[in-house]
Amino acid sequence: MTLLAVSDLTKRYRRGGKTIAAVDGVSFAIESGETLALAGPSGSGKSTIARLVLRLVEPDAGTVQFDGDDFLALKGAALRARRARLQMVFQDPLAAFNPRATVARVLDDPLRIHAIASGAERPASIAALLERVGLTADLAPRAIHEISGGQRQRVAIARAIATNPSLIVLDEAVSALDVSVRGQILELLLDLQARERIAYLFISHDLGVVRAIAHRVVLLDAGRIAESGDARAVIDAPQSAIGKALVAAAPRLNSTRP
Amino acid sequence: MTALAEIRDLSVRFISDGSKVAALKGISLDVVAGECLAIIGESGSGKSTLALAIAGLLPGSAKIEGSIDWFQGTTGEASAKAPPSALPGISPSRGEIELSSPPSPITGIVERAPAARLPISSLEGEMSGRTEGGVTERQPSTIGASRIPLPGRDIGFVFQDPSASLDPVMTIGKQIAEVAHTHLDLDWPQAYAKAKHLLQRVRLPYPGSAMRAFPHQLSGGQKQRVAIAAAIAAGPKLLIADEATSALDTIVQAEIVALIRQLVAEDGMTLLFISHDIALAAELAERIAVIRHGELVEIGMTAEIVTAPRHPYTRTLLEAHLGLDASPLLRRTPA
Ligand SMILES: Nc1ncnc2c1ncn2[C@@H]1O[C@H](COP(=O)(O)OP(=O)(O)OP(=O)(O)O)[C@@H](O)[C@H]1O
Ligand SMILES: Nc1ncnc2c1ncn2[C@@H]1O[C@H](COP(=O)(O)OP(=O)(O)O)[C@@H](O)[C@H]1O
Ligand SMILES: [Mg+2]
Ligand SMILES: [Mg+2]
Repeated sequence: MTLLAVSDLTKRYRRGGKTIAAVDGVSFAIESGETLALAGPSGSGKSTIARLVLRLVEPDAGTVQFDGDDFLALKGAALRARRARLQMVFQDPLAAFNPRATVARVLDDPLRIHAIASGAERPASIAALLERVGLTADLAPRAIHEISGGQRQRVAIARAIATNPSLIVLDEAVSALDVSVRGQILELLLDLQARERIAYLFISHDLGVVRAIAHRVVLLDAGRIAESGDARAVIDAPQSAIGKALVAAAPRLNSTRP
Repeated sequence: MTALAEIRDLSVRFISDGSKVAALKGISLDVVAGECLAIIGESGSGKSTLALAIAGLLPGSAKIEGSIDWFQGTTGEASAKAPPSALPGISPSRGEIELSSPPSPITGIVERAPAARLPISSLEGEMSGRTEGGVTERQPSTIGASRIPLPGRDIGFVFQDPSASLDPVMTIGKQIAEVAHTHLDLDWPQAYAKAKHLLQRVRLPYPGSAMRAFPHQLSGGQKQRVAIAAAIAAGPKLLIADEATSALDTIVQAEIVALIRQLVAEDGMTLLFISHDIALAAELAERIAVIRHGELVEIGMTAEIVTAPRHPYTRTLLEAHLGLDASPLLRRTPA
C-alpha cells in the first residue's frame, strides 16, 4: 500500500536577490514497511524534502499524500493525529533538549502530548519503549548529557516510535556515530521495521549505508531527481552523472593508493 | 628512511570538572620523513590530542609526559649526526628501506607489527636536510627545548571545521598573506602575490576575486581549500589534517583528499592524516596507526592493516565499514 506520495514538490528560497529552487519538481512514493533513501551531494535538497514532508516548511508547489489524505490540507486535530503517525530522527535530535533533562522526561513528552499513556501508566510505557530500542529501564533517570552518542540515538528512536508511527524520516541519523555503533543502530532500525512495518525515508550522503539498508534510492542533484530505483541496482551501476560521481568518490578499503 | 619525529611514551591528561581524563596513554611511534601516516580511531580516542601534542598546541591545562624528538633540521638549523644504531637498515640498491619494527609495546595491548618494507617515496630527494643514498642528518630536539618546530611555520594544521581556522571578518587574501608575511619575511605586496598563487594551487575558482572575499561567502569545500592554502603558506615540513574532510560531502571530500595528496607530493611534505574513516585513511596513507581509548592498538603498512589486521579492534573497525561491496544488512523482505 502506498503510504506516502509526493508529487511535483517544489520549494524555492531567495538568497541575495537570487531565487534558487532547493527542491524542483520532485515526485516519489513510499510503500508501508519500505525504506526509501534520498542521497545526493550537499545542497541537493535532501533536508528540504524532509522538512516539506514533515510540514516544517510549506512548499511553493506540489502535493503530499500521507495515509490517503492530502497532508498539506490537514488542520487542527486531524493534523495532530496524522502527525503522530509521521515521526523524525535527525543527526543529533536530542541536542535541542536541555542536556540536564532526563531520558524519562524526553520519552514522557510524546506519550503525554498524544495521550498514549495515562500518568500512572507512563513509567511502565517508558520502560517498554526503552526495551524496544535495546536499552534497559535503568537508563530512564539518567541525564541526556550523561549517556553515550549511541544511547542518545536509541533514545531518539524510542521517542520517535512512542506514537506508533507508520513512517519515520531519518535525516543523516547515523552520520555522526562511530562505525561500530552505527552498525548496531542500523540493525535496530531494520528490526523495528521487520516487527512493526515502519517505513523509513532515510536521508544519507553515504552510499555504502544506503546500499546496506534501503530498498530503493532516489538520487538528487540540485533539487531534481537524477535517477531512482532499486538501491543496489542503482548504486552498483549508476546511470546519471551525479550517481557516477557519488560512487566514484566513495572511499574504498581494498583499493589502496593509486 | 628517517624519522621526522620520534614520539616516546607520550601521555596526556586533562583535568575537567575536577576529574582526570587520560586522553593519551604511553603512545610511542615514529613519524617517518616524507610519509603519509594516518591516525584512525573512534570519537574520543585521542586523535586530536595526539595531533595537538605533535604540533605543540595543547592547552596549558594538559599534563604531558614522555617525549617528542624532532630530526632533519625541522627548525632549519645545522644538524648533528645521529647514532648509527638509531638508523634503520637501508638497501639503496633496491630503492627500498627496511622499516625497523615499529615502536616497542608500551602497554600489553600494543601488538608488535612485523618488519615491513616501505618504498622510498619520490619526494625523498626534495626533503631538506638529506643527502644522497639515504644517509641522513638528524637534529634532535625535545619538548621543552628551544628547537621545537613552530606551528604555522614548520607545521601546518587543517581542522575539521575550516571556520575554526579562518577569521570571519578578515579577507581570504589577507589571512593567507599574513602567514607568508609573518613566517617567510615577505613584504606585504610579495605576501599578497604569494597568497594569490596559493589560491591557484588549491584550485579555488576565481582566485582573484576570492582574495577579497570573506569566509562566509564560500562553500564548506571552498573554505577548506582556503584553510589548506593558509596551512601550507609558510612551506611547513609537516602537514597535519585533523578530520579535514569529515564535514564535507563525499564528492567534495574526494576532491580535497586528491588536493592534499598532490600538494604533499609537490612540496615534499610529511602528512599526518587523522580520520575516523579507515577506508579513507587506506586510500591516502602508506601507514596506519589505530588508537583506541588513548592507546596505540596497532601500527603498520596500510595493506597489512587492511588485509591482515592483528588486533581484534582493527578487525571490528574493518567489519563495521560499509563499503559499496558490503553484503547488505537488509534481508529482502517484500515490503
Ligand atoms: N532556509 C533557507 N534559506 C535559504 N536557502 C536555503 C534554506 N534551506 C535550504 N536552502 C538552500 O536549499 C538548497 C538545499 O539545501 P538542503 O539543506 O536541502 O540540502 P541537503 O541536500 O540536505 O544538503 P546536506 O547534505 O549538506 O545536508 C541549498 O542550496 C541550501 O543552501
Ligand atoms: N581541552 C580538553 N579538556 C578536557 N578534556 C579534553 C580536552 N581535549 C580532549 N579531551 C578529552 O580527551 C579525550 C580524547 O579526545 P580527542 O583527542 O579530542 O579525541 P578524538 O579526536 O579522537 O575524538 C576525550 O575524552 C576528550 O573528552
Ligand atoms: Mg541536509
Ligand atoms: Mg578529534
